[in-house]
Amino acid sequence: MATEALALSGIDSYYGDSHVLHEIGFTLQPGHLLGLLGRNGAGKTTCMNTIMGFLKPRNGAIALFGEPVAGLTPENIARKGICLVPQGRRMFRTLTVQENLMVAALPVKQGGRRGWSFERVFEIFPRLKERTAQVAGSLSGGEQQMLAIGRALMGNPRVLLMDEPSEGLAPQIVAEVGRTIAQLKAEGLSIVLVEQNIKLTLDLADDIVIINTGRVAFSGRADQIKIDDAIVAQHLGVF
Amino acid sequence: MQGQFWIIQTLNSVAFGGLLFMLSSGFSLIFGLMRIPNLAHGGFFMLGAYLGYSLLIRGVNFWVAALLGGLAVGLLGVVIERFIIHPSNRILLAIGSFLDAVIFRPLGLRAFSGAWRGMIARFRGLAGNEQGQVLMTLGVSFIVADVCLLIWTGDPMTLPAPPALRRPLFIGGYSFPTYRLVVLGVALVAAACLYLLMERTRLGAMIRAGVDDREMARGCGIPVSRLFTIVFLLGATLAGIGGVLGGPILNAYPGLDTDMLPLALIVVILGGAGSLLGAFVGSFVVGFLYNFGIALVPDLAYFVLFLPMVLVLMFLPQGLFGRVQL
Ligand SMILES: Nc1ncnc2c1ncn2[C@@H]1O[C@H](COP(=O)(O)OP(=O)(O)OP(=O)(O)O)[C@@H](O)[C@H]1O
Ligand SMILES: [Mg+2]
Repeated sequence: MATEALALSGIDSYYGDSHVLHEIGFTLQPGHLLGLLGRNGAGKTTCMNTIMGFLKPRNGAIALFGEPVAGLTPENIARKGICLVPQGRRMFRTLTVQENLMVAALPVKQGGRRGWSFERVFEIFPRLKERTAQVAGSLSGGEQQMLAIGRALMGNPRVLLMDEPSEGLAPQIVAEVGRTIAQLKAEGLSIVLVEQNIKLTLDLADDIVIINTGRVAFSGRADQIKIDDAIVAQHLGVF
Repeated sequence: MQGQFWIIQTLNSVAFGGLLFMLSSGFSLIFGLMRIPNLAHGGFFMLGAYLGYSLLIRGVNFWVAALLGGLAVGLLGVVIERFIIHPSNRILLAIGSFLDAVIFRPLGLRAFSGAWRGMIARFRGLAGNEQGQVLMTLGVSFIVADVCLLIWTGDPMTLPAPPALRRPLFIGGYSFPTYRLVVLGVALVAAACLYLLMERTRLGAMIRAGVDDREMARGCGIPVSRLFTIVFLLGATLAGIGGVLGGPILNAYPGLDTDMLPLALIVVILGGAGSLLGAFVGSFVVGFLYNFGIALVPDLAYFVLFLPMVLVLMFLPQGLFGRVQL
């Protein structure tokens, strides 16, 4: 039996008393890319924060390759192999590009592939290489997004979470980010991609989960959605 | 005469600035990383001065006394951080198992042992409760002050400066207080070491990452709770050494803690929490304002000191080199 790379079941998350996620469940197969869609405020970021351990779920289970991780601290979850490219990028803005990558480096996990290094990150993002000594806060939006992705890769993730990596970027940068994601997927990395950009997501994803007001409203294969526009119209409204 | 006045006041200011840096660099790093002012920091400084006094009157070499006093205060800082501010379940669990093995089980108190284990498992301490943590540091500062009063009585104690440094230096017809120059030198060396630690090592970069975005740092696998302990160790040690070094200038007396703490607060508000450069510049600015304020306009000394703080708070809430919004 193949274990799922990431499996959520019955996740309930709260901010204080406000109940944001209601029994969220989905599974990510190894080497797949799961697109997580939903309107603004649907709970996508809350879902990422819960997986990462920033927010502890009140109920439910999260398993990374069969190993339960719900309730662990974020640093332990990262060390087990879940790394996040957060919404809004959240660089360590006073650190240089090099330092941002350095502090996030974690050892290769068992069952992980070829380890990530400065060289490999600079290989896929040559623009970062020219700016190693520059402070992250002074990078352009696109460069910050590349650095956020590079930083997450330095943790040698087994599952990569990406929260709206195309947000606020110029179209040609979005395309570049899209190519990078495709490349990571081709290397066999298991990825959860949160996006507002439906076209980008449908191009990359194997599976799609749509959440609406904190509940899973649709879950299926990406090609199903490509054929049936009604699903998009129904759950995501007109974009 | 006039020249001598300026020289002395300037030297007093920079020496006091150096002491303030020893006090406030750690205070600022703790503030930046943990988001709480460690109100026991003045107590750490005072305790250092008293410990230094006790070591010195027993004939211990001055520099050894400074180091030992600093380390003792540093260890106290670690204990306070680990057991009071962020009690880790692991340590409590170890204590619990120990009690269980030597008391509850031998006495056959099976039920009690179970209840105890359950209590520890549910124990959350002050995690995430920053107001509670600040109050805790305030409580610690009261305890430190009372313990000092108990041990060293209420009389001021004068720490003797190292004999070789007691005579002033005479250069070009002016006399320079040697000891203050050396204090400044020590503070500058400490600043250089801290700079190298913070800017040139992975540990330092991790601390700065935690100051920038603590949650995201944890999400990158950075063991932030270990950094808390390290920063507390560092800050308390520096404050303790500062206390011993400051002893010959300021004396050790009850109230030294509450005299110093507001100055550290001003330094951090001026310089920005979590910024080493800010603590450095802020310390010397406050050193000058404090000394010249007292020397030139004694009635307005506190006004001179607090006015820049108010202005910075109003117009630059992150401080001159700020990292963290207070
Ligand atoms: N820190 C918080 N405290 C309280 N409520 C929050 C917090 N963060 C988000 N929420 C609420 O939780 C709900 C889900 O927010 P979330 O950020 O997960 O949405 P999202 O799907 O990521 O939206 P977007 O596409 O705009 O990023 C929203 O109603 C939001 O107002
Ligand atoms: Mg979001």
